[in-house]
Parts: sequence; C-alpha cells; structure tokens
Amino acid sequence: MRTKTILQNYLFVLPAFLIFSIFYIYPFYKVFTLALCQWDGIARFDFAKNFIGLRNFIELFQDKIWWSAMLQAGYITLIALTFQNALALGLALACDRDMKGGNIYRVIFYLPPVLSEVVAGLVWKWIYDGNYGLLNYWLQNIGLSNLVTDWLSNPKTALICVAIIHCWKGFGWGFIIFLAGLQTIPRQLYEPAKVDGASSWQMFKSVTLPLMVPVFILVSILTVLGTMQVFVLILSMTGGGPGYHTEVPVTRILASMVGSSRFGYACSQGIMFGAVLLAVSFVQIKLSKYMKQA
Amino acid sequence: MKEGTKYKIERFFKDFVIHILLIIVSVTCLFPLLWMAGSSLKTQQTIFSDMSIFPKNPMWGNFYLAWTKGGFGMYFLNSMFYTVTAVFGIVIIASLAAFAFSRLKFPGKNILFYMFLGAMMIPLPGSFVPLYVLMTKLHLINTRIGYILCMINAGLSFSIYLLKTFFDKMPVELEDAARIDGCSKIGIWWNVALPLAKPAIAVIIIFSSLNVWNEYILATLIFSSKSLMPLQRGLMIFQGIHITEYSLLMAGMTITTVPIILVYLLMQRHIIKGLTAGVIVG
Amino acid sequence: MKGQYRKVCLFFILSLFTVFLSIFLASCGPQAQKKEQVKSIKIWHWMSDREEAFLELARRYEKETGVRVNFELYAPSDAYTQKVRAAAQTNTLPDIFGILGEKRYFASFVKSGYVYDLTEEMDRDMGAWKNKLFVKALAVNEFEQENSFGVKPGIYGVPIDVTNIQMLYNKDLLRAVGADPSNPPKTWKDLIEVNKKLKANGVHGLVSGWGEIWMIDCMASNYAFNIMGKDKVLATIRGEVSYTDPDWIKVFDLFREMRDEGLLASGIVTMVNKTAEQLFANNRAAFAFNGSWCVNVYKGMNPNLNYGAMLPPQVSDKYPMTIWGGAGSSFMVNKQSKDVQPAVDFLKWITDAPQQIFLSKEAQGLPSNKYSLKDMPMVLSQFASAMDNTTHPNVWGVSEFPAVIEAFNKGIQYIIIGEKTPEQLAADIQAVKEREMAKKQ
Repeated sequence: MRTKTILQNYLFVLPAFLIFSIFYIYPFYKVFTLALCQWDGIARFDFAKNFIGLRNFIELFQDKIWWSAMLQAGYITLIALTFQNALALGLALACDRDMKGGNIYRVIFYLPPVLSEVVAGLVWKWIYDGNYGLLNYWLQNIGLSNLVTDWLSNPKTALICVAIIHCWKGFGWGFIIFLAGLQTIPRQLYEPAKVDGASSWQMFKSVTLPLMVPVFILVSILTVLGTMQVFVLILSMTGGGPGYHTEVPVTRILASMVGSSRFGYACSQGIMFGAVLLAVSFVQIKLSKYMKQA
Repeated sequence: MKEGTKYKIERFFKDFVIHILLIIVSVTCLFPLLWMAGSSLKTQQTIFSDMSIFPKNPMWGNFYLAWTKGGFGMYFLNSMFYTVTAVFGIVIIASLAAFAFSRLKFPGKNILFYMFLGAMMIPLPGSFVPLYVLMTKLHLINTRIGYILCMINAGLSFSIYLLKTFFDKMPVELEDAARIDGCSKIGIWWNVALPLAKPAIAVIIIFSSLNVWNEYILATLIFSSKSLMPLQRGLMIFQGIHITEYSLLMAGMTITTVPIILVYLLMQRHIIKGLTAGVIVG
Repeated sequence: MKGQYRKVCLFFILSLFTVFLSIFLASCGPQAQKKEQVKSIKIWHWMSDREEAFLELARRYEKETGVRVNFELYAPSDAYTQKVRAAAQTNTLPDIFGILGEKRYFASFVKSGYVYDLTEEMDRDMGAWKNKLFVKALAVNEFEQENSFGVKPGIYGVPIDVTNIQMLYNKDLLRAVGADPSNPPKTWKDLIEVNKKLKANGVHGLVSGWGEIWMIDCMASNYAFNIMGKDKVLATIRGEVSYTDPDWIKVFDLFREMRDEGLLASGIVTMVNKTAEQLFANNRAAFAFNGSWCVNVYKGMNPNLNYGAMLPPQVSDKYPMTIWGGAGSSFMVNKQSKDVQPAVDFLKWITDAPQQIFLSKEAQGLPSNKYSLKDMPMVLSQFASAMDNTTHPNVWGVSEFPAVIEAFNKGIQYIIIGEKTPEQLAADIQAVKEREMAKKQ
C-alpha cells in the first residue's frame, strides 16, 4: 500500500479520534490516577499527598456489598438478555410482516424509551403499590389474593419487579435495531424458500437467523452494557432498598462519590466495573466469532 | 382456488393472534403516556385523587403556565440547536470512522476500533471533575460548542459500532462496481455505504436525538448562563427539593416528549423502506 | 462520477462550515453582554422551588442598591453538589454558594480556603447581625473551639431559613377512632394504643420517606437522645460506647415493635418522602414523620387537610425528646471572590426581617430571622415553637463514619423487613465501626 493511501484512510478516523482523545482519554487517565488516591473531592488535589497505592482496590475486593450489587445487576441483565430481547425480536418479526395496521405498532413500541423516567416511576409505583396498587387489585379480582404483597419493599420480589420495569422500558431499543436489521435482508432471499413451500419457522431458521447473527451480537452486547449500568430507574423505584436488595454497581459508585465523598474509592469502583464489563463483552465477542464459524 | 382461500383464512387467523399480542403490549406502552397527558390536565390537588384518565374539567391552561413558567421558549430553541448539530456531527463522524473500520486498511485498525468499543464499556462516573477542569482549561466551559462536542463524544462509540455492523454486511460487489465506475473512497462512502446503511443511520438519529434531547446533568456542569441551557432545565423548575408541581411537570413533559416522537415518526419510515432503493444508486 | 465526488466534498465542507459558524455566532451572544459596568454578584443555588422568590428579591435589591444579583439555579441537588466541587477545583466558584451534606464536607471546604470567615461581620456593632438570627440555625454554620475537624473556630455561613423534623397527625382520622384530636399521643404507649384503633379502622399508622435513608437516621437519632441522652450518643460516635449497648438495642427494637404492631405503612422501606406526603395529604395515614417544609406541600395537595404537628411520642422520661433541626439552607461567601463585601452586604439584607417575611410567605418555610415570625399558619408556629428541642449532627462537633451511618440506616431497613434482629444489627454496626476505626489509625 502506498503511504498516501494509508494517510487517506487515517483521515476517515481522524475526526472521531480527535474528539475521543480530548474528551475521553484525558478524563480516563485522571480517573485512573484518582483511583490510587484517597481524596474527598473537595480539598485541593495533591497527588503526592493523597497517593495510597492499591489500597482502594484491596478494600473493594473485600467489599461484600459491592459484589452483591454486581450480582444483582447481573441478575437483571440475565432477565433482560432473555426476556427483553425475546420480546423485542418477537415484536420486530411480527411488525416485519406485511400486515394491515402494522405501522402503528412500530410507533407505539418506541414510546417507553421516550417516556420520562419520572412518569415511568410514578406509574409503575402505582401499579406495584401494596395498598392501592393495580397489580394487587387484579390479583384479588382473579382470586389470587394470597399473592398480594408489597411488591417493591418485599425483599423477595423487589429485584424482579425492578427488572421487569427495566425490560419494559428498554425493549423498544432492541426492537428498533432488530427491525432495522430485518430490513437489510433482501426480500428476494425468501423467494426460493417460499416457492419450495417452506413454513415461516423454516424460513426464519434458514434465512433470517443466519443473516441476523451480527445484529444479535450487537443487541446482546448493548443490552449487557445498558442493563449493567442501570441506575436512574433503581433510584426512583427503590433507592437501592429494602436494605441492599436492589443495589447495583452504579448506585454504589454514586453512594461513595456523593454520599460518603470517597472520590478515590468511587473511581476505583468505576474502573473495576469497567474491567468486568470489558471482560464480559470480550467473552461475548469471542463467542460470537465462534458462532459465526459454526 | 380452494387452496387460496385456505391460505387466506390461515393468514387471517395468524394475523388475528399476532394483533391480539401486539395490542396487549401496545396498551402497556400507551397507558403511561396517556396517564401523563391526562395528568397534565389535572390540578395539584386532583392529580392523585382523581383516578380518571381524562379529567372532567381539563385545565388546558396548564400547558400555557408550564410553557411560560418553565421559560420553555428559549430552552426549546437551544435544545433544537444542540440536538440537530450533535446528531449531525455524530452521523457524519461516526459513519466516516465506521466505514474506515469496516472497509479500509491501515495499521492499528483493530486497536483503534477496540479502543472505541472499550470506551462504550467503561463508564467513568468520576470523570465529572476532570471533565470540568479540562473544559475550563480549553475555555470551552459555558459555551455551546463545548457542550456539543461532549454530546458528540458521548454518542460516538455506540454509533461507530452499530454502523460497522451494518457496513460489514454490505455486499463487496457493490463496492467493486462503484470503484470500477471511478468512484473514490469518499465517493463510495457517500454513494454506496451511506444509502445502504440508511436503516442504521435512522436508528442512530433516533437514539442520539433522544439522548441529546433528554440530557441534563452534563448541561448543568458545563453551562452557567441560563440562556444556554437545554429544555430539561425548564422541567427542573417544577421538581423542587420539597415540592413537585405534578400537573405542571406533566404538562411540561408532554410538551418535551412531542418533538422526540415526531423525530421517531419521521425516521422510522426509513427503517421500513430500507434497502431496495439504496442498492440501485451505487 | 468525478463531478459527483466534488459535489459531495463541497456539500460536506459547506455543511461543516455552517455548523461551526452557527455555533460560533450562538456562543458569542451571551459573552458580549458581559461588558456592562454594573456591579454584580453571582449566587449558585439548588432550591428550584424558591427560584421565583429569589429572582423577585434580586429585583428589589437592584432597585434599592443598584447592585445586580444573579441567582443561578442548578438542580437536582446531587448535580449541584458535583458542580460546586468541580468549580472549587478550578477556582471558579461564584461569590456566594451553598454547601450541602455533612459537616465534614463543609470543614473540607473551609480548610481548603474556599469559604470566607464571617465571624467578624457577625460580631460587628455588638453582634447586630448575629443576634437577629436563630441560635440553632447559626450553630449549623459554626465551628466551635477545638472542633474535631481542625477548622479555625468561627461562623462560616448564613442561614436563610430554618427547618425541623417532627411528627404530624391527622386530626380527622384521630377523631374518627375516638381519640382527642387536640391531644395527640405523648408517649410511645399512647401511640401504640391509638394505632390499634386506627388499624381496626383500616387506616395506616405512620408514613415517612424511609426509602431516603437519612429520615430513618433522623428518627432513630431522636429516640437515641430520648433513651440514653446526648452525652452517651456522642460517646458512641467517638467510639467510647459500643453500638451493642442495651440502650442502642432498645432504639433498634422500637423499629421492630413498630413493624410488629403494624404501625408502619406498607412499603415504607422503599417509600420516597414525596409519596409519603401524598398519602398523608390524602388522609390515608394518621401520622407522618416529616419536616417543616411539609406545610407547603400539604397545602398544595389538599388545602382542607386538618392536621397538627407534635414531638415524636417519647419512650422514656429520663431524657428530653430531641428532634433534628437547624438551618434549612445556608449560603457561604467565596473567600477568593473579588466582591466579598458586596456579597456579605447582600446576605445581611436577605436575612433582614422584610426579606425573611417575604421568603417565608412565598415558600411557607420558617425564617432564620427571629423577628419575622408574624402571621404564620397555626402548624408552622407549632414547628417554630419546637425549635428549642432541636439538635443536628452538624452541631455535635464529632461526626460518624459514612460507612457506619449507612450500615445503621440500611440495617434498620433490614429490621423492618424482618431480615435482622435488633441484636444482630447492633453487632453488625459495631463491626463496621471497628473496621473504620482501625482504618483511620
């Protein structure tokens, strides 16, 4: 390759790289140094004075609450990966058919992501409320009054309830990406299968599925990243409670940063969290490469 | 003929079942929105006691009150400006980079790509203070350009990844044909890659505009002049530490939600039409 | 194809150019306005519900003195806190700002030289300014001799209002079960008795925002003062008394008792205070544990609510019932500001009686100026009269480790959901306390 061509090729990435290096790499470097310091976020920062080595990380490894928060986020993520994505894919497939009035659904399914967290929080709290909630009302009406409980403050149900709201609020994203992915499959590819009289399931398996693999990977990585980092919803629904039953990594980071002003510790939590997410995503990407070959 | 009818009946039945399922999901999606719109017509006193979706005495004045009290006029223009410029920037910059990552060869390609990908994965909750220091040093604090650049940066990684996935699926033959026609690299990007990735670009526009439109925390960090603040600042007026003016808040939220739904309505058409039109252009 | 390529390039360059031009023009606008010669001071605040009142006061002040006051609002308070801390790092704090949170953070700001010492101003003219203000409100902004934070003693902030946190009771609901609405329960036993009748009537006992854990801290602290007295509480914080002390277990046991007696509204452990306020305002709970700001909230939600304020019913008569209270919000002057004197003058003006009366009317809060307690609604004056019973962690001179506070509050949530006994909790808190103390050494 000629040097000129390579330079030309670099030009394509240059704008992205410039913005990225200014607004990401510098803060990233700073966060990394802060993670090695004990600093309250207020006093004048002095690296030599505040440096404490890896003590933050050592403490973090022993922080049981942190790791249980990680597990709880993992639990929500698992539900989102299966339930939310299955729903998104199913709805995308349904909307991809040439159907009367199919258009209107496309619009409606994107409403939850658009909706403000405040409204979502108010409405869902009203549904889950222990005394005047819709859910309990329905349960009583269909004769399941033994299931009636205080959904968000019962330690057994709080996490799953939050996960359900998260899936409801998030399936619209996956839905749109799946829909966009389905559109890039040329209609002609289905023709031979149709002529052969294949059922829709067979067509899905032989035509749609293989072509959608990259999109599945994309959506699953985005789901993991999006769900692991959930927090606004948690703060507005349960505040991490009851006890620590719905704490997730980001709420813990906020608690160290704003709540107890341990800026250095918060930064070390952020880095640890990032490392876990990187590892998970790496595994996902490796798995997907394997799947593509298979 | 008989087969045709059977097929039709079967199809009708299938569609019917699918419709029922879709309607059930739709109801759960529509209900909170209706509740929000309905609540914006109630008063602070009736909002939690009047359980009807649409109140008997709708307070249409709430919208006017929310608009004036929240100072929405100015904020609205600001938010439009930020959204349009940031989304435009994201689409151009991300598609150039994604095209290079997908189609061009240069040393360090993979490392660069994984760097962007990594940025998406490592959240930087502590970056608030460093970012503020950086923006002050660059004299970007309290400027529109500083905010827009931050928003572009925030949307970049995701968009590059999404677009690369779609560019990778682009048939190589089309690219070759364009090259034989004498198209340069930038020409292929513009004439072949972008039209083919139309659904993906529509998705990016939908997601990014929602993110920029709803962003607020970064704006409070970067801006100090009220005249530069985005729309979400107007909603904050109704959410006091102690008092939330629910009906005005709901009216304000209804106002702020409408444009973003409009963006979606405009963009989702491109998700549907998608490919066939694009293939011929190259 | 070549021609098209050129067109693309042209379009690309042109569009980039327009974007940057428009950004440039747009960002020039506000900067050009700054050239005026009028003296002005800048204030950063987080009180979105008082924005209008502040703007009105700024208008009046400019009319009176010619000094322009720019109030800049940053909400919610978490975002505000971050902004103030970030600005401190770049020496770009405004002339006047507020510091939220525990006293330790306030001390850190003072020690880093961000906050102007107001002691001299307060004491000038025989303490004319100081004597106008409620002692309890000033105490929150004061660092005493030999305080444990190592801050030079003095007053570093100006309270602009006062609050305290008490129990509210619904008179109509009490009357409905045959209790005397003018004579709410004074002791714990009475409270439990009344609750039995309320329960029979299907009414919630107590609502409060215990999902926001600081309100649990507040309630527990009230009863700790009542059961073991101030000295023992402070000794515990200093590490001289263990949390496994029987008195502390008695405090934790109150929460178990409240749960077992069905006094607590269901869902209280994850309830935010705004939800609790909705329930109380709509006559769905007989008691609420809430701050004096609630008067304004209830008025907005249900102007006909018939209620009163009282001290939490006492458990023991050994020590007086003490509640949290003090300055609701305070302003500090930036030590590095070029306009320290104008800033101080404005704070003096805003704590003067006319402005305090205006603020307290607009926001239905309690003024920090002693001479502004006029024409107040009944409930508010009940709150005002309870100011003598108040204390606050920020005036104790010692502060508990954040990790212990968290373990304490979250732990009480565990008692309420029945996953821990008071004894277990006491042991857990003490373990955290010992770990933190070991870390410090």
